[in-house]
Amino acid sequence: MSRLAKDPASECWLVELERPDDFDAWRDKARIFVQAGVAPASIVWSEPGASGELFGGGRAGLPLPAPDAPIVRANRRFVSLARNAALHSDPQRFALLYRVLWRLQASPRLMEDKADLDVRRLEELDKNVRRDSHKMHAFVRFREVEDAQGERYVAWFEPEHHILRANAGFFVRRFANMKWSILTPRGSLHWDCETVSEGPPAERSDAPDGDPTEDLWRKYYASIFNPARLKVGSMLSEMPKKYWKNMPEAELIPDLIAGAQRREAQMVAAGALDFEDRPESLAAIARAIEGCRKCPIGALNNQGVMGEGPQGAPLMIVGEQPGDQEDQQGRPFVGPAGQLLDVHLAKAGIDRSAAYVTNTVKHFKYVQRGKRRIHQSPSAREIDTCRWWIESERAIVQPRLVLAMGASAARGVLGKTVSITKARGTPITLEDGSELWITAHPSYLLRLEGEARDRQSELFDADLAAVKTRLDEMSC
Amino acid sequence: MGAPSIIERLGILADAAKYDASCASSGTAKRNSKGSAKGIGSTEGMGICHAYAPDGRCISLLKILLTNHCIFDCHYCVNRKSSNVRRARFTPQEVVDLTLSFYRRNYIEGLFLSSGIIKSSNHTMEQLVETARILREEHDFRGYIHLKTIPEADPELVHQAGLYADRVSINVELPTDSGLTRLAPDKDARQIEGAMGKVKNDVIEAKDARKRFRNAPRFAPAGQSTQMIVGADAATDADIVGKASRLYDNFRLRRVYYSAFSPIPDASAVLPLKRPPLIREHRLYQSDWLMRFYGYKPGEVMQATEADGNLPLDIDPKLAWALKFRERFPVDLNCASREEMLRVPGLGVKAVNKILASRRHRTLRLDDVALLTQSITKVRPFICTVDWRPVMLTDRADLRALLAPKQEQFELFTA
Repeated sequence: MSRLAKDPASECWLVELERPDDFDAWRDKARIFVQAGVAPASIVWSEPGASGELFGGGRAGLPLPAPDAPIVRANRRFVSLARNAALHSDPQRFALLYRVLWRLQASPRLMEDKADLDVRRLEELDKNVRRDSHKMHAFVRFREVEDAQGERYVAWFEPEHHILRANAGFFVRRFANMKWSILTPRGSLHWDCETVSEGPPAERSDAPDGDPTEDLWRKYYASIFNPARLKVGSMLSEMPKKYWKNMPEAELIPDLIAGAQRREAQMVAAGALDFEDRPESLAAIARAIEGCRKCPIGALNNQGVMGEGPQGAPLMIVGEQPGDQEDQQGRPFVGPAGQLLDVHLAKAGIDRSAAYVTNTVKHFKYVQRGKRRIHQSPSAREIDTCRWWIESERAIVQPRLVLAMGASAARGVLGKTVSITKARGTPITLEDGSELWITAHPSYLLRLEGEARDRQSELFDADLAAVKTRLDEMSC
Repeated sequence: MGAPSIIERLGILADAAKYDASCASSGTAKRNSKGSAKGIGSTEGMGICHAYAPDGRCISLLKILLTNHCIFDCHYCVNRKSSNVRRARFTPQEVVDLTLSFYRRNYIEGLFLSSGIIKSSNHTMEQLVETARILREEHDFRGYIHLKTIPEADPELVHQAGLYADRVSINVELPTDSGLTRLAPDKDARQIEGAMGKVKNDVIEAKDARKRFRNAPRFAPAGQSTQMIVGADAATDADIVGKASRLYDNFRLRRVYYSAFSPIPDASAVLPLKRPPLIREHRLYQSDWLMRFYGYKPGEVMQATEADGNLPLDIDPKLAWALKFRERFPVDLNCASREEMLRVPGLGVKAVNKILASRRHRTLRLDDVALLTQSITKVRPFICTVDWRPVMLTDRADLRALLAPKQEQFELFTA
C-alpha cells in the first residue's frame, strides 16, 4: 500500500516525442506533468534518434494530475517563443521549455525579466531558429529539371535546426504555381501545385547538379560587386561559410576578394587622375602640364603649351588647343588663328598684352600625314581631363571676365557642351562670381570664305565689342 | 562584331548599376501567389537578402540598367555620354525573362530597374514602365519591383510606374544645388524635386482612394526613396543631413540612401580621386538612424558635427553628441524615461526595451545591464544603476580617447 501511495512527482519520467519538431505533442504532455506537480528535474525529454538509454530507468506514460490541480497558465509571449525554440537542435530544449513553463506558474511575469538566465536562453534558441529559417528563405537555390511531367525545381539545403516543415508555407506562398522539392538531410518537402507532401531524409546526390542559369547568376553576382568597397567581414557575418557549399555564386568569392585590390588600383590608375592639391602658381602649372599624360594627347610627340599674360588680368581669353606653330614655339595663339585674333582684338580696342590668353587643352592633338601634322579636335573626355588645368589657372589669375572661344573652350570652363549660336551674347555667371562670355573660335573664321566669312567676322567683332564694354563697366 | 550575348550584356549592365546604394525590398504590401492561376512570387513585408557580395552589401534584387547608353553627361556617373565604357542594352522582354528565371530559382526578391537616358526621357521611362507592365500583367508577377524614375519624364509616365512598382525612386544626386550644377550639368534641382512632390501626392491620393474603395489601385506601396552621392563635391555632413531631413519632411521619403563617391573607371577630371570615404557614408547612415528611430532632430545631429561641419570619423554621431552634451548624463537606468535612455551611447532600441521590461521586476544593477547590452564598457560612463555611478567620468577630458575604437577606422584609408 505504501508503494502505491508514492507521490508521482518524486519519480523519474521518460517522455519520448515522436518528432523532433512536434511542439503540440510536447505541450499536451507538459500540461499534464505540470498539473501532476512533476518537477523539471524529474523528467527526461527524448526525441527520436536521441540516446534515451543514458537516462534509462525513467518511467514511461503520463502521470495522473491531481484532481484539484489548477489550470496550467502560460502567456502568449511564452507560447510563440516556445513554439519556435522547440525547432532548435539543442537536445536540452524541451527540458528548458518545461522548466520555464513550470516557473511561469509561480511567477506569471517571468517572461518580462530579460535578465533571467532561462528566459535569455529561450530567447537565444528562438533567435537561432528564426535566423536559420530566414537563411533558408534566402539561401535555398532551386535547380530546374525536366522530366516526363514537365519542369520541376529541386533544391538541396542543409538547415541547422528542425525548421523544414515549419517553413513549407513560405515556399508554397511564393512558388504556388511551380512544382518544387526541397531536399535536406532531415527530411524533404514536395509541392505539386496543390498539396505539400513530406518525404524521407535525402542525400546531396539526390539533388540535380547544375543549371545553365547559374552561369548568368554568377555573372550577375560578380558584376554587381564593387571592388572599391571590399568588406569581407560584413559579408561573412550575414552569409556564414557553412551555407556556401550549396550556393552556386559562393565559389566566386575567393577570386573576387583576391582580385579586388588589384582591380581597384587599376580603376584608379586607368580612369582616375591622381591630381594632388592644386598648383599654387602659373609656373607650377606650366611645369606640371609638361609632364601630364592623363589623356592620349599628352602622349603624342608634342609639348605642353602654357597660357600667357599677367596674373590678375581682368580678362582671360580661352581658345581650344595649341596648333602646329604654337606647339613648336611653346606659346599660345602665335599661328594664323592667333594673328587673326590679334587683328580683331585691336579693332575692339582690347589690349592683348593686358589679358591672360590660354587654351582649353594644353597639348596639340594631330595626326601625321606625311610631313604635315593635321589638327584634330579634342574629345569631350580630353577636354574634361584638361579642365583641372584651366580651373587651376582661373583660380590663380582670377579674371573678372572669361571669354571662351569655340565649343571646346565653353565646355572646358562650364563642364558641359553648349551651342555657340545660342550662348553667344549672353554672359553666364560662374561660381566664383566672374562672367563667362562665349563666342566663336577665330580658326572658324579662317575656314570660311566670302560672304559667310564677312558675316561671321561681324558677329565676332560684335561679341568682342560687347566684352570690351562690359570690361570697362567692371573696371569702374 | 556581332551583338553581345545576354550574359555579356548582363555583365555590362549589372556592372553599371553597382554604384547605386539602395537594395531594400521591404515595406511593401503583403501578397502571394497562392490561389492565382499562373502568378508567381510573394512579398511578406520584410525583404530577404538572398546573397551578400564581398563588398558587404546584400543582393536582394536583380539590379540592372536597361541600357547604359546615356545622352546626359554627369561627371560622377560612369555612364555619362563622354565616358568610354562599353555600352549595351536590354529589351524589356529580356529583362523580364531574366527576372523570372532568377526568381524561380530563389536567387532574388524581384527587380530594381534603372536606365541611362536614351533618345528622350519619355522614351526611356516608357521602356522602364513597359518592363514592369509585362511582369505584372502578362506573368502576374507578385514579387518586388523598384523602378528608378526619370525626373525629366512626363508625370503621367511616372504615375504609370508607381502603379506597377512597389517603390519608385528619384535620385537627388548631390546634396547641394551648386554641386548639381557643377557635376550634373544636364540635371535640374527644381525638376527633380518637382517629380518627387508629384510622386508624394500620388501616394497620398492612392492611399486616400483605398480607404474609400477597396479595389482602388495601389500606388508604390513601399513609397519613394532617393539617393545622393557623398564626397564628390564640397558639401559637409551638416549640409547633407539638412538636405536629407528636408527631403524626409517635404516628400515623405521612406529612405534616403547615401552612396560614397566611388572611383569609377574613366572618371571625369573634375572629381576628387581618392578612395571612397566609406566610413563617412557609414556615419551618415548612423545619423539617419538617429533621426528615424532615436528621436533626434536634424538640428541635434548637426550639433554633433565638428567645426568643419563634418561628423567625426573616429566615433559614431551618438557618442559625439553625448560628449558635447555631458550635462545630460549620467542617465539613471532605473528611473529614466525611454527618450533619455535612447540618448545613451551604446544603448540601442532593443536594449532600451529590455531594460524597460526588466526594471518592472528588479532594480537594475550593473551586472544586469551587462546582460542586456552589447558592450557594458561603452555604456558605463553614461549611466547609473543602484550599484554604479560614474565618478566624474563624464567630465574627463580624455573620455573621447577612452571610448573611441582604437585602430578600426584607419584601415579604411590605407592602401
